[in-house]
Amino acid sequence: MAEAQNSPKSSTSLGQGGPPPVGSTTAGSIAVVAESTVVSRMSAPPSFDVADFPVPHGREEEWRFTPLERLRGLHDGTAVATGDGLKVDVQAPEGVTVEAVGRDDARLGKAGTPVDRIAAQAYSAFEKAGVITVPKETVLTEPIRIAVHGEGGTAFAHQVIELGAFAEAVVVIDHTGDAVLAAGVDYVLGDGAKLTVVSVQDWDDKAVHIAQHNALVGRDASFKSVVVTFGGDVVRLHPRVTYAGPGGEAELFGLYFTDAGQHQEHRLLVTHNVPHCKSNVVYKGALQGDGAHAVWIGDVLIEAAAEGTDTYEMNRNLVLTDGARVDSVPNLEIETGEIVGAGHASATGRFDDEQLFYLMARGIPAEEARRLVVRGFFAELVQQIGVDDIEQRLLEKIDEELETVSGPGR
Amino acid sequence: MATLEIRDLHVTVEADNATKEILKGVDLTVKQGETHAIMGPNGSGKSTLAYSLAGHPKYTITGGTVLLDGEDVLEMSVDERARAGLFLAMQYPVEVPGVSVSNFLRTSATAIRGEAPKLRTWVKEVKEAMQRLNMDPSFAERNVNEGFSGGEKKRHEILQLELLKPKIAILDETDSGLDVDALRVVSEGVNRVRETGEVGTLLITHYTRILRYIKPDHVHVFAGGRIVESGGPELADKLENEGYEAYTKGGPVTGGNSEEEVA
Repeated sequence: MAEAQNSPKSSTSLGQGGPPPVGSTTAGSIAVVAESTVVSRMSAPPSFDVADFPVPHGREEEWRFTPLERLRGLHDGTAVATGDGLKVDVQAPEGVTVEAVGRDDARLGKAGTPVDRIAAQAYSAFEKAGVITVPKETVLTEPIRIAVHGEGGTAFAHQVIELGAFAEAVVVIDHTGDAVLAAGVDYVLGDGAKLTVVSVQDWDDKAVHIAQHNALVGRDASFKSVVVTFGGDVVRLHPRVTYAGPGGEAELFGLYFTDAGQHQEHRLLVTHNVPHCKSNVVYKGALQGDGAHAVWIGDVLIEAAAEGTDTYEMNRNLVLTDGARVDSVPNLEIETGEIVGAGHASATGRFDDEQLFYLMARGIPAEEARRLVVRGFFAELVQQIGVDDIEQRLLEKIDEELETVSGPGR
Repeated sequence: MATLEIRDLHVTVEADNATKEILKGVDLTVKQGETHAIMGPNGSGKSTLAYSLAGHPKYTITGGTVLLDGEDVLEMSVDERARAGLFLAMQYPVEVPGVSVSNFLRTSATAIRGEAPKLRTWVKEVKEAMQRLNMDPSFAERNVNEGFSGGEKKRHEILQLELLKPKIAILDETDSGLDVDALRVVSEGVNRVRETGEVGTLLITHYTRILRYIKPDHVHVFAGGRIVESGGPELADKLENEGYEAYTKGGPVTGGNSEEEVA
């Protein structure tokens, strides 16, 4: 039997004995199964062709949290690329190859296949794809920086980042401005390669950003993904990891700050398909304001062949005001008992009036009290990013976000 | 000399869609250097007095005045009251996950003192204060009140009292839930602060036990939302022997509100 440990802290409040936040769900499960439901509950099998997916109506498992009416037609084929709506600027250190390639390039789509209609739409509609290659044994000392700036248009994009064997790189992808964007990103890691990717969603308020990230982690390779979502009207990201050989490691970190009216959805799937790989997922989010909605789906699938797997996933949410909603669903499926460890935890708490009172009763003004709590909540995660200027920027951004809020429970 | 003057204080609370008056005209003056014990049965409104003075939003002041050195406390926000020199050691200190004790103490001291304490002297100050309260140094790295035992929470409250040096300290049932050893350590901490002569202490308690360690100058019996009798330390002895029965005869004095109204 699997060594599964569940920590079903569903809706655990941070406050001592306080009530769970209004509108929060945590429905975690650990199942020992013969056949995966993570795969079978999707409404269609993976495909590169958008025509293979029915137009979602919103009740499907993979769409039930997403406000389809705010997707600006990305899901039903009515969104049309506007040509110059998105600017992409790549700065890469010497030794890195940066190309724009046609649809028939053999390097595209190797890390994974689109699993839902918008991912397939993105793949079916892009004209040129970006390919960034770090040759084998090349160790970069400076990050590759990709600036994606929306100028109000609609775009379909595909980007491949490929590291040869034993190459090491840090990639920072920065999303700003206003855009309606459906994208696919492939990360292909050769044997022993090390890749850290920081994807920052710092969009303007109206942006819609839907993307599937596929990582294929080579033998003994290490993949670290840091997803940071602050902006946008709707952001829905789907980071997925599979392994090309044993000994691979994946760390998936996420940080989101969901404001009034924003929908921020992170759906993760780690598929342990080969033996002796590790994965560690930690996503933390703060929410504030009316209609702020964060969704976290954390799926881990340990296939029958993946003996010696070691995996853990965690989601924590901090609700700062009334009117915000969190849906957090960790899901672990295990097809072999011969593993090192597997577990998950999800908890949503709120910064409540009692915490505020306690801190203020010690002379700390309300604004500062909130900053203290939120910075503390994120600090441990931010420190694990390992990219100095990003860490600093995140802390500043968190402070900035906090300035826009009024008191909790007000 | 710092003086807290409470005059004819009336306080209500909303409960079960009804407004209930808990404090029904409290009069009390606490001067710097004095220690006042407020004793009373459960439900008499003692904790309401403590939280109302600190400014907890749950309580509505419907009448009366509270002045600290002539300044209107009731007009101040919670943090302003603390910066003006009021300190409430809470009966049920709140957990604040993600915020370490050391970060919390420094942020608080900075706010109260108006400037950040110099790091070197501050570290020493905290370390020594913790030693005096028999607190392990690792305590500073834990999150505020998270997973603290009852005794640890109270020590942490008294640690703050020692570091923040208020003009008026309100200790709300600081003795509750403490074993004898912890009670002694906590009381010694309170006494160290009292011996400076700089603080006026309002000691709220249900039991006389703590008064063996902290000797009050004045004892007040609290019942039915007001002070019903005041005297010297001998009044505590009388309560020790006779209990509160003499003050609660004739039914519940607070109109059926039988529990402490702490948050």
